[in-house]
Amino acid sequence: MTKITFIEPQGAKVEIDVINGWTLMQAATSHGVEGIEAECGGSCACATCHCYVEGEQATRLPAPSNDELEMLDNVAAERLPNSRLGCQIRVTPYLEGLVVRMPEAQS
Amino acid sequence: MGDAVIIVGAGQAGLTVAEALRADGWQDEIVIYGAEKHAPYHRPPLSKGYLLGDTPAAQLTIRGPDLFDKKRIEFCAGRPVRAIDPTSLRIELDDGSRRAYCSLVLATGSRPRELAVEGARLDRVVSLRTLEDSATIGTQLQKAENVVVIGGGFIGLEVAAAARKKGCSVIVLEAMDRLLARVASPAISDFFARLHSDHGARIIFNAKVSRLVGEAGVVRTVETADGQSFPADLVVVGVGAVANDELARHAGLACDRGVVVDDCSRSSDPSIFAAGDCTARRLADGALSRLESVQNAVEQAKSAAAALTGRERPFRAAPWFWSDQHGVKLQMAGSSANADQAALRGSLADKNFSLFYLRSGKLIGVDTINRPGDHMLARKLLDHGLSPTIEEVSDEHFDLKSLLATGVPA
Ligand SMILES: Cc1cc2nc3c(=O)[nH]c(=O)nc-3n(C[C@H](O)[C@H](O)[C@H](O)COP(=O)(O)OP(=O)(O)OC[C@H]3O[C@@H](n4cnc5c(N)ncnc54)[C@H](O)[C@@H]3O)c2cc1C
Ligand code: FES
Repeated sequence: MTKITFIEPQGAKVEIDVINGWTLMQAATSHGVEGIEAECGGSCACATCHCYVEGEQATRLPAPSNDELEMLDNVAAERLPNSRLGCQIRVTPYLEGLVVRMPEAQS
Repeated sequence: MGDAVIIVGAGQAGLTVAEALRADGWQDEIVIYGAEKHAPYHRPPLSKGYLLGDTPAAQLTIRGPDLFDKKRIEFCAGRPVRAIDPTSLRIELDDGSRRAYCSLVLATGSRPRELAVEGARLDRVVSLRTLEDSATIGTQLQKAENVVVIGGGFIGLEVAAAARKKGCSVIVLEAMDRLLARVASPAISDFFARLHSDHGARIIFNAKVSRLVGEAGVVRTVETADGQSFPADLVVVGVGAVANDELARHAGLACDRGVVVDDCSRSSDPSIFAAGDCTARRLADGALSRLESVQNAVEQAKSAAAALTGRERPFRAAPWFWSDQHGVKLQMAGSSANADQAALRGSLADKNFSLFYLRSGKLIGVDTINRPGDHMLARKLLDHGLSPTIEEVSDEHFDLKSLLATGVPA
């Protein structure tokens, strides 16, 4: 398990012990975190699992694939340098303490 | 009791109605009855990652149990609704008990069309709709030598790809003269025929399955009308789906291969709405559109929730869909049917291209292979009524995004 903190659009913090190997999207949706839709269920086909990764741990994330970058061009909320698709990031112990902020809108 | 919205069916559509209702400020009761014992789950992986064993079942859940508590959604799993009485505004459950609604949403999905031939009920003749179906096929693929897939549609082809990956010998029997004939352009059909052949599947076109023959109740061979026979330890039937519209039909609602709804998901009964695979949506030109896709389920669900809270949110966006086969991602936006021109961007050989379809110079659909950026852009172009020219599409140096900046429909 790896502790990840999600910040919902209204500012509420949700701390989740995520099973390693699960994606940020799966962690958020399975715990009812607000501000994520994840229509396509992780197929990198909908861009409605957009999130902002924060904190020092964010620098340890593998870089986004070309597919993810192309989808990030089309997110509903503002795209920032720390924008990622939650379904493309698998949780590992290296990410302990990562903060994931959910955007205002997904669609 | 206050004003209860009762949702029948706990799939993508049913769940999204409930979530969207809360997001839209609905304060009263929301109840979901689901025939399956599971919480709502994603079906697309059933023929993709889950079938291959890459995705465990727990990861398919669309929303975890916390959500139902947090959002005050009463979720009743394993409780099929048996009938609806639109006169007394009540539903009847499997045990005969009744419950009153103020509004009802039908989100009952669809089921696989059955193969109407002798032997279709033999053991190891399966179709794919549920988690259990996928688990069964996954187990069978571990030991099957010869897999016959009947129907070269999306689900059949995705299963064929998985079966090849598991080392099975695979034959796809397609009744038409090309794959994906109902939904894709001939160019895309050819591309996928090539892809599957390159991965070792044998595709047989114009194959009319005449009967399945078994031994001791277990399927052994598949026979076609032209006298050929194919050995099979597993037969996967993927010949389309039928809307679960019986509840609506028995209640006297307008149905036509699905519960007929307008683009705000309203049925012919003012208290009843419907969303997802169980519907047939009346388009502006009067035609009926039956879509089976995640997008359709989500959009119709959001439109239903809006209508229930007194807003109009018509679903008019261009339809979109995706499919993953042998590491290739197909994404479709709009429709290629009735196109009079098509233009290619990218390279077929590199499995990286987009096909833009036009009719009388107007963009009507775009299919992309491994080009998610083009797909997302296509959805925007279609929704804004913007059309590139054939020359602009074919010229990779032309930035199609610049069309959005002008913003004025062509
Ligand atoms: C194998 C497979 C792969 C797919 N791949 C893709 C894809 O790649 N991309 C894509 O866009 N779409 C895909 N789809 C289609 C997509 O999954 C469906 O369009 C979507 O699930 C429809 O959602 P729904 O809620 O309308 O129906 P469903 O998800 O079928 O949910 C309906 C639910 O209602 C329940 N129900 C039925 N009758 C009753 C009753 N009387 N009382 C209570 N409950 C009832 C059913 O048991 C079911 O659980 C795929 C579908 C399958 C089967
Ligand atoms: S869930 Fe659809 S892109 Fe991440």
